[in-house]
Amino acid sequence: MNIPHKSFPIDDAHREPLRHLLTALADDHLILGHRHSEWTGLGPILEEDIAFSSIAQDQMGHALGFYSLLHEHLDAPDPDIHAFTRQETDFSCCQLVEWPIGDYDFSLTRHLFFDLAAGLRMETLSLSNFKPLAQLATKIRGEVKYHMFHAKTMVSQLGKSSDETARARMQTAINRQFGLALGMFEPRVGEQLLDEANIAPIESKWRDRWLEALNAVLDGTGLHIPDPERIEPVYGGRRGYHTEYLQPLLNEMTEVFRLDPQAEW
Amino acid sequence: MSVEIQSLDPRVNRLGLHTHEPGSPDTLPPHDHWGTYQVFHQKKRGDRHTAVGIVHAPGPELAMAYAKEQFGRRGETANLWVVDTRHVMALDYIDQDMFATTPEKTYRDPGGYKVNDKIDAYREKMSHEHTP
Repeated sequence: MNIPHKSFPIDDAHREPLRHLLTALADDHLILGHRHSEWTGLGPILEEDIAFSSIAQDQMGHALGFYSLLHEHLDAPDPDIHAFTRQETDFSCCQLVEWPIGDYDFSLTRHLFFDLAAGLRMETLSLSNFKPLAQLATKIRGEVKYHMFHAKTMVSQLGKSSDETARARMQTAINRQFGLALGMFEPRVGEQLLDEANIAPIESKWRDRWLEALNAVLDGTGLHIPDPERIEPVYGGRRGYHTEYLQPLLNEMTEVFRLDPQAEW
Repeated sequence: MSVEIQSLDPRVNRLGLHTHEPGSPDTLPPHDHWGTYQVFHQKKRGDRHTAVGIVHAPGPELAMAYAKEQFGRRGETANLWVVDTRHVMALDYIDQDMFATTPEKTYRDPGGYKVNDKIDAYREKMSHEHTP
């Protein structure tokens, strides 16, 4: 079978930055996918439960896509081994995705923040000069389009709700995790090199577009974001510094895998 | 007396859920009573949209978001419609007697016309003419 990916040339100087980019994307999707899946069976109503669970499944699929690129092009181990056997400090997910699901307002707001960023990332990456990534991003883009539709609809309905408590809860959820959300855009090692090679933009470009897009979504809902200049972004995740919540998540996520890492599923 | 639910699923235990008190009414707050939307699914462009079921939703946008996952999660989908169930006018089954005699009106069935006989006769005639 003809697998063109295998031979896609990568400049030596780009290998490490590309590894950082793909691991960050993969870990973000894996950990948030796991968090979202914690709602399965417990969602507020049946339809929402099914929709949110599907979104969780999609995130896992996206993570698999990024781990596969690392495996095929950058000498990383097999995706399962890579995802389930690393130490906590080897994960480079942002801290936003690690936080427990909290109440539904917290999870929904995180879903909006994350998928809005993912949508912008996939849009740009679908034009990446690293063609295997461009192909994957094009494939993921359609799924993320639905995630954004779901998130925007839910958040704007709750923001426009006549129930004052609902509105207040959404605004609190936004305020509480805004610094964490800015942490999604922590600068990556070697990001400038990838930007110059038109492989992936530097994080601050994505952050600026995200802020613009977020303001557009919230416009007219009565909800608003805090002034980004006055909020300290929560960085560290990309360099392996994590919250106290990640290790318990990893224990739970890998519990079955660790019983027999060689098992065929 | 309510009892905390113990589950094998750690997620459920984390929620600290309680069983209902026996005999207590299971009431929902008013905002939890959502209406229904009828979902119509189109498999390919140009196909007709087919009624496939309902979703509960507070408005058309969310109904569409749910319809996509309830009815577009498997196989092919080109398009979906959602329609507020209150906008669908339907007959009462008590009026089904309006249709009671229709099955008898066989002259309305395409089979009621003698077209096939005519076609057969024509074929017969043609085949005779062409036989040397």
